[in-house]
Amino acid sequence: MTIEDLIEEFDDLGDWADQCEVLIDMGRDLSNMSDNLKTEDTKVHGCQSNVWMVAEVKSEPLRIELTADSDAMLVRGLLSVVLMVYSNRSPQEILETDVRDIFSRLGLDRHLSPARKNGLSGMVTRVRAIAAEAVGLQS
Amino acid sequence: MTTDMSQRPPFDVEAVRGDFPILNRPLESGRHRKGKPPAFLDSGASAQKPQCVIDREREVEEQFFANAYRGVYYFGARVDEELEATRSGIAKFIGAESTDEIIFTSGTTMSLNLVARAWGGKFLEPGDEVLITEMEHHANIVPWQMACAERGATLRWLPLTEDRRLDMSRLDEFLTPKTKMLAVTSMSNVLGTINAISELARRAHDVGSLICVDAAQSVPHRMTDASGQHNEVEPVDFLAFSGHKLYGPTGVGVLYGRRDLLCEMNPFLGGGHMISQVYRDHSTWADPPAKFEAGTLPIVQAIALGAAVEYVSGLGLDRIHAHESQLLGYAHEQLATISGLTIYGPDLEHKGAICSFTIDGAAAEDLANLLDIRGVFVRHGHHCAMPLHEVLGVQASVRASFGVYNSCSDIDRLVDGLQFALERLIVAEK
Ligand SMILES: Cc1ncc(COP(=O)(O)O)c(C=O)c1O
Repeated sequence: MTIEDLIEEFDDLGDWADQCEVLIDMGRDLSNMSDNLKTEDTKVHGCQSNVWMVAEVKSEPLRIELTADSDAMLVRGLLSVVLMVYSNRSPQEILETDVRDIFSRLGLDRHLSPARKNGLSGMVTRVRAIAAEAVGLQS
Repeated sequence: MTTDMSQRPPFDVEAVRGDFPILNRPLESGRHRKGKPPAFLDSGASAQKPQCVIDREREVEEQFFANAYRGVYYFGARVDEELEATRSGIAKFIGAESTDEIIFTSGTTMSLNLVARAWGGKFLEPGDEVLITEMEHHANIVPWQMACAERGATLRWLPLTEDRRLDMSRLDEFLTPKTKMLAVTSMSNVLGTINAISELARRAHDVGSLICVDAAQSVPHRMTDASGQHNEVEPVDFLAFSGHKLYGPTGVGVLYGRRDLLCEMNPFLGGGHMISQVYRDHSTWADPPAKFEAGTLPIVQAIALGAAVEYVSGLGLDRIHAHESQLLGYAHEQLATISGLTIYGPDLEHKGAICSFTIDGAAAEDLANLLDIRGVFVRHGHHCAMPLHEVLGVQASVRASFGVYNSCSDIDRLVDGLQFALERLIVAEK
C-alpha cells in the first residue's frame, strides 16, 4: 500500500472509529524492534506512551532506513504511516516531504492530541536532521 | 452536625445529572458515531459544573463584578461580601474554626507550594525530616523536594502495603522526633485509598511533627473536619484542595492553615493586599488570610466555588458517599468480568470513588483512545504519580473516577467500551 492508497481509504471510511481500526491493524503489522534497540537514546521524548526510533543511513543508493516501535497499537499505526512516508527514502526526498501535510490529508490532525502531535513532530525533526546530515556528507 | 437522612429524599442520580448541562448534550465532534452524551469518568482530574455554579459565575460578571477588598462603591462592597460569605461557607464545610484560616489560592498545587515554601522556608532546618508517602501526587512531592533541598532537610517516603495502603506498621520507623512535617494525601488519586488522617495526625503530633493534608481527592467525596471539632478527631495543621474537583471553577483552590501557624510563617508571594505597611527598605505583613493573598484573587471563581460548596452540601456528603460507594462496588464487580484486568488499590472498604486498572496485552493509551470513540471519557498515564507507578511496576494505567452524576449505566458503558477495545486490540492478534 502506498500513502496515496491510504489517503484514499481514509477518505472513503470517513469515520474516525473505522480509521482507528485501520491504524490498529497497521500497528499490528509493523515489525517489532528488538528490545536491545529500545534505549534511552532511541526513545522519542514528548510522547505519552513509549516510542522508540532508529534511523540508519544506507548506501547504494543512499537512503535512510527507519525502524520504530511503541507500547501502544494506535501509536504503532501512526508510526507505520511515518515509516511509509520516510523510510527507505533518499535524504533529498525526506527533506522535500512534509509529514504534517500528509497527516492533514489523512484527516488525522483533527484526531491527534497536541501531545501526540508534538511527539510525532519531534520524531520527524530527528529524521530530517539525519537526512540533512547525510546530504551534507554526500556533497 | 448530623443530618437526618430520613427527612431527605433518596439520592436521585438522574435528577443530579440533570443539573449538569454538559452531561446532557449529545456529543458532536465528528469522531463519535452516535449522538449520545458522554459517560464522563474523569472527575478525579476535574469535575463538571452544575448549572448553579455556571449561573453564579455569570451573575457576578453580569451584575456586580469589581476588584476585591479595594473599592467602597457598591460593586466592590458586594464582591467583598460575597467572597467573605464563600470563605465562611468553606470554613464550615471543611470544619475550620475560623474564616481567617481559609486562604484562597489557585488550587491544591499552589496551596501545597505555599506551605512548603512559606512554612518550610522558615522552619525546616538541616537534619530535619519531611515525611511523605509512596502514593502522593507530584503536587505533594515536588514542593517538598524543593524545600528540603533548599533547607538541607531530608525527604523520606512511607512505603505501602501489598494491598496499597500506607504501611502503618512501619510508621514509627519513619515518623520520628526528627520529622517536622508529615505531608500526606487523604485519598490517593490513583488507588483511591483513603488514609486514616486522624490517626496520622495524632501520631505526627505525638512526635512533635505537623501534618499537611493533600485533600484534593477526598473533599468532594467525604466529610472533612480540619479542626476536629465536629467528629472529635485529631485536628490537622494544613489542608489543601481545589475548586475544580469539587464541581466548582478552575483557577481557585483553598489552603486551610491553623491560625497560629499562618501568623508565624513567612508570606508566600509578595505584592498588593498582603502587606500592612510598605517602607522603602522593608515591609510588614497583613494578618492572615490577606498575608497569603497577594494580588488580585480569582474573584469570580472563588464566589462560584461558594455555590459549588452549597450544591454539594445540599446533596449531602453522607448521601454522596453512599451513592458513590454503591457505584464503586458495581464497578469492581463489572470490571472483574474482564479477563486480564487488574485493579490497583485496596478493597472497597478502604477506598473512594476511583478505579485504576491495566489490562494484560493492552496499552493504557490504546484503551483510552478506543473508549473515547464510544464516548467513554477516562484518563490514562501516570496520573502525576510516577513514584507510585514505579511501586506498582507499571508505566501507565487507565483511571475511571466517579462523581455525583455517574450512574451504573456509565459503568456499563465503560465495560462495553473495554470489550470493544479488546476485540480490536487483542482478539484479532492471532
Ligand atoms: C491528590 C492530588 N493532589 C493534588 C492535585 C493537584 O491539583 P491542582 O492541579 O488542582 O492543583 C491533584 C489533581 O490532580 C490530586 O489528585
